[in-house]
Amino acid sequence: MDYVIEMLNIRKEFNGFVANDNITLQLKKGEIHALLGENGAGKSTLMNVLFGLYQPEQGEIRVKGKPVKITDPNVANDLGIGMVHQHFMLVDVFTVTENIILGREITSKGSIDIKKAEQEVRKISERYGLAVDPQAKISDISVGMQQRVEILKTLYRGAEILIFDEPTAVLTPQEIKELIQIMKTLINEGKSIVLITHKLKEIMEVADRCTVIRKGKGIGTVNVSETNPDELARMMVGHDVVFKVDKKPANPQQSVLDVKDFVVKDSRGVTVVNGLDLTVRAGEIVGIAGVDGNGQSEFLEAITGLRKAESGSVKLNGKDIFNLTPRKVKESGVGHIPQDRHKHGLVLNFPIGENMVLQNYYKEPFSKRGILNFKAIYQQARKLIDEFDVRTPSEYVLARALSGGNQQKAIIGREVNDNPDLLIAAQPTRGLDVGAIEFIHKRLIEQRDNGKAVLLVSFELDEIMNVSDRIAVIYEGKIVAVVDPKETDEQELGLLMAGSSRKKAGESTNV
Amino acid sequence: MSKRLIGILTPIIAVLLGIIVGTIIMLASGYDPITAYTALWNGAFGEVYYTGEVIRQVTPYILAGLAVAFAFRVGLFNIGVEGQFLVGWLAAVWVGVSFDLPRIIHLPLAILAAAIAGALWAFIPGLLKARLRVHEVIVTIMLNYTALHVCNYIIKNVLTDNKDKTDLVKDSATLRSEWLQSITDYSRFHWGIIVAIICCFIMWFLLERTTKGFELRAVGFNQHAAQYAGMNVNRNIILSMVISGAFAGLAGAMEGLGTFGYVTVKGGFTGVGFDGIAIALLGGNTALGVFFAAILFGALKIGALNMPLEAGVPNELVDIIIALIVFFVASSYIIRKLLDRFGKKEVK
Amino acid sequence: MKKRKIGMALSLVLAAGTLLGACGKSDDNAGDDNAKGGEKEKAFTVAMVTDVGGVDDKSFNQSAWEGLQAFGKENGLEKGKDGYDYLQSKSDADYSTNLNTLARQDFDLVFGIGFLMQGAVEEIAKQQKDHHFAIVDSEVDQPNVASILFKEQEASFLAGVAAAMTTKSNKIGFIGGVESAVIERFEAGFVAGVKAANPDATVDIQYAGAFDKAELGQSIASKMYSSGDDVVFHAAGATGNGLFKEATDRKAKDPNAEIWAIGVDSDQANMGPDVVLTSALKRVDNAVVDLSTKAKDGNFPGGKTITYGLSEDGVGLAPINEKAAAKADIEKAVNEWIEKIKSGDVKVPGTRDELKSFSAQ
Repeated sequence: MDYVIEMLNIRKEFNGFVANDNITLQLKKGEIHALLGENGAGKSTLMNVLFGLYQPEQGEIRVKGKPVKITDPNVANDLGIGMVHQHFMLVDVFTVTENIILGREITSKGSIDIKKAEQEVRKISERYGLAVDPQAKISDISVGMQQRVEILKTLYRGAEILIFDEPTAVLTPQEIKELIQIMKTLINEGKSIVLITHKLKEIMEVADRCTVIRKGKGIGTVNVSETNPDELARMMVGHDVVFKVDKKPANPQQSVLDVKDFVVKDSRGVTVVNGLDLTVRAGEIVGIAGVDGNGQSEFLEAITGLRKAESGSVKLNGKDIFNLTPRKVKESGVGHIPQDRHKHGLVLNFPIGENMVLQNYYKEPFSKRGILNFKAIYQQARKLIDEFDVRTPSEYVLARALSGGNQQKAIIGREVNDNPDLLIAAQPTRGLDVGAIEFIHKRLIEQRDNGKAVLLVSFELDEIMNVSDRIAVIYEGKIVAVVDPKETDEQELGLLMAGSSRKKAGESTNV
Repeated sequence: MSKRLIGILTPIIAVLLGIIVGTIIMLASGYDPITAYTALWNGAFGEVYYTGEVIRQVTPYILAGLAVAFAFRVGLFNIGVEGQFLVGWLAAVWVGVSFDLPRIIHLPLAILAAAIAGALWAFIPGLLKARLRVHEVIVTIMLNYTALHVCNYIIKNVLTDNKDKTDLVKDSATLRSEWLQSITDYSRFHWGIIVAIICCFIMWFLLERTTKGFELRAVGFNQHAAQYAGMNVNRNIILSMVISGAFAGLAGAMEGLGTFGYVTVKGGFTGVGFDGIAIALLGGNTALGVFFAAILFGALKIGALNMPLEAGVPNELVDIIIALIVFFVASSYIIRKLLDRFGKKEVK
Repeated sequence: MKKRKIGMALSLVLAAGTLLGACGKSDDNAGDDNAKGGEKEKAFTVAMVTDVGGVDDKSFNQSAWEGLQAFGKENGLEKGKDGYDYLQSKSDADYSTNLNTLARQDFDLVFGIGFLMQGAVEEIAKQQKDHHFAIVDSEVDQPNVASILFKEQEASFLAGVAAAMTTKSNKIGFIGGVESAVIERFEAGFVAGVKAANPDATVDIQYAGAFDKAELGQSIASKMYSSGDDVVFHAAGATGNGLFKEATDRKAKDPNAEIWAIGVDSDQANMGPDVVLTSALKRVDNAVVDLSTKAKDGNFPGGKTITYGLSEDGVGLAPINEKAAAKADIEKAVNEWIEKIKSGDVKVPGTRDELKSFSAQ
């Protein structure tokens, strides 16, 4: 058989922790091969072995049938392996061409021949239908374009095999469509692709074959045409997974959160939330859909007191909570699952038990007259650990040592336990595996069913569509539309998120 | 191997490494390492006098180490311990010479004055950091020089009439004890060690057992999470500098009321504050660790004085050997940190 | 310098060898049964403790150590516990420990070098009543302590005369270390000397605030030369090394520059052969030898203060630089002043107050 890359029985350990255990991946020429697995399953480790960043303890890598030793990324480049990283490695102030030739400059008489390089870049761009302007500055082009620059970079370096690491995570639905088109063009031009992802839908749409790994072990390789999402999910997780979130119809009551004409500036002084209006009622989940960078983070930081707002009004149950301190906001009845659990949600070097009282440590019974009561603290921790199924060896283990899903469960337990009138959940399932996602969604809906208001912010359209009772689309710091998830589709949301006005007339954007 | 065991073994191995390299250097330059190390040991513990001197030296070291460690735990690098130490020293002596009070009031008052002086001196960088985000390292370095010259000026022009040295503090304010001196053959061993041990306990209790300590530690590890959890990050930054400065000021009181009993005009820094940085690092920024690290540093410092005389090792070589021990101790800490971090990244 | 170090190292090796055998002995020393020195006829031993400047400060610590070495040589002593030795202090807190250590090692006489050690010497002397101590540059009123003072003003007066007769700009600089009685004597004498020899000349006085900051000394010197001072005298220990560096640098850039520096304590001519005009000598070495000899002969002046001036050969002026244009004139003038001072016709002021009422005839 005609394999361009064979990774045979690869094993990679870190200090006794087996990240890859006897994994085999074989890439045929001209195919899109998906590498599927939950976060932490060992996908990135495997690809870093292929890209020369790690050396495997066991196993063999063959390129076009010949055994090779890939000792560093330069060797990988020379073998025609290119990687499109999840986090782009581009210099903002350079042009597209300058970024592409960085490290491989064409020089004539000591100076860079930028004209020649531009021609070359343009040629490749046209050939693969990338439509990139070689003279544009990186800071001026969209995220989707930047990703294409990354692709161009690998092609410019002569890559025959392209590794895409979670390429759709940062893209709008339209951009995802275009990316899929580009991948197909690449295949037609004779390239081979490894697509790292945990999104089943994409695999079904674009991949020819799929290798699944779970907890560092290879589970198997299947032909996509002969399988279905349920089977892939079962292979990935190890048990059956329910995709559709089960929920009763919402029963919205009085409004809990009222935001009017809200204006917030970011750290650079740019107005990023610009006259935002939003209402969240008791007994409903409002999802905020939008492409990253449209003011979501600043909006949440400002209403929870982490950032000073410029103007507007924020009311919780009719009481003004505009620009209160985080503690006052919290005490008014707001729970907040922060977007970045490592930055805001947890003190990673504290035991998980102490993280459970991060906001309540000053209250009885956790402390008395300024002296901490560790007995009460750890009692509370054990209760929440049980209740929210946080998998940890003990409550004394540092939060750092827990997996992302369990860290998130601990945060949710902490926030939900205070029974807040408004629960803000910012990207609560980012980077989590299917099982944890399911658990978290259930908890959010449970809060709603208990008559609480829930505000959900997510970049995953599936999540917004599945969990929300109403969807508010944010674009350039404003809510531009509010839609009913039952009456919309990804296509429409995608357009709204990209700034197009609503195609369905007659519906007010008022909330 | 448990984490705790590694934590204890690392400094011990580092000291051994320092000794081994020191041995090689001594052999290479023609000195007998056994004689030299015997002299070092004798100079620190060979006679009760020296042991008394070691404890005397350890006393300010503990407090200076605590000062650095406390700020460090809240994520601040207090390079200004030296300056806070000097103003504390001055304040203690000032109170010690200026009042006639019963001992039960005078001594605590003098000690308290030192703590307050150090705290005020550290309040400035704390405030600037909290309000204006001025980096505390820059401010504290500058304030070290300010402290040195302000103290010199006050000693010459306020406390004395253009003299280099103040009077001895009154007996009612002294930490010295004839009994302690007599059991250690006239060393300058004084009651200050009790203050230092109490401060170790205070630091441990404050950080590990109180809600304030909970906040301070949270701010130290992750300011964002602390802010998110409703803690006042700025106030905690100021508080930590103030407490750190108070420890440093107390270290000064140990010299002013104990070791010397007076304060002199200084041509340069004493180095106690800077040694405090190494002590805090070696002690892993914990109260107990600082306690033991201070003993090691104190013993090295006093013991080294004996090496040129008893073993004939030149001063320069003694300095190199002591520096090597410190170097290995400090670098092992760094290496361990790096390994820790590296190991974690890889697993990810 | 280098030779001396090698010699020292050699003797250290020897000492180390002898010490190996003596190792077990230290325990018996703990009690104070010896000190009286009646039964055993042991050689006279003497040691010193340096202040934080260290033994190679090119200033009075070094000078004192040279004195001890000379004394040792004269009397056939070896460096080490049974002859003469020194301990170096790294901080103020070390003075006591070092003095105590030497007393415990039964040195017959222990010098504390520098006024910084005054408190420590006083305290240890009270505790170790059977031991003899001496302090340089300060006074300690204890029966077992001899205090050594110098009339620095007489040396710096002569330096002032030399400076005043050399300057062309009539602007002269003075760099002090840390303000103190000793340095004030240098300052007052120097200014008096300048005024006596050249009433039109002015003296620009600055203090570095430290004895161990050569870079600070250099920047002060740089400012002084730039502002027109053409002769600069320092009484600032190692800080003054910066003065010589600055003067040498300037001379190297412009060999025609008419600039001079004046050293202190010991003859610092080697610090800059082209720029060092002379040095105000403070013969700590002579004083150390003198006092050691007295003690050895059983005439230890306990409780007394001995002041070393021109008459006692305790201070003086180093030879004038060969390249100085007015060398002969200066030497003549200096000798005349020496006579006047020795005879008591001129009393050189030792403080700023005395300076005010001083008028040169």
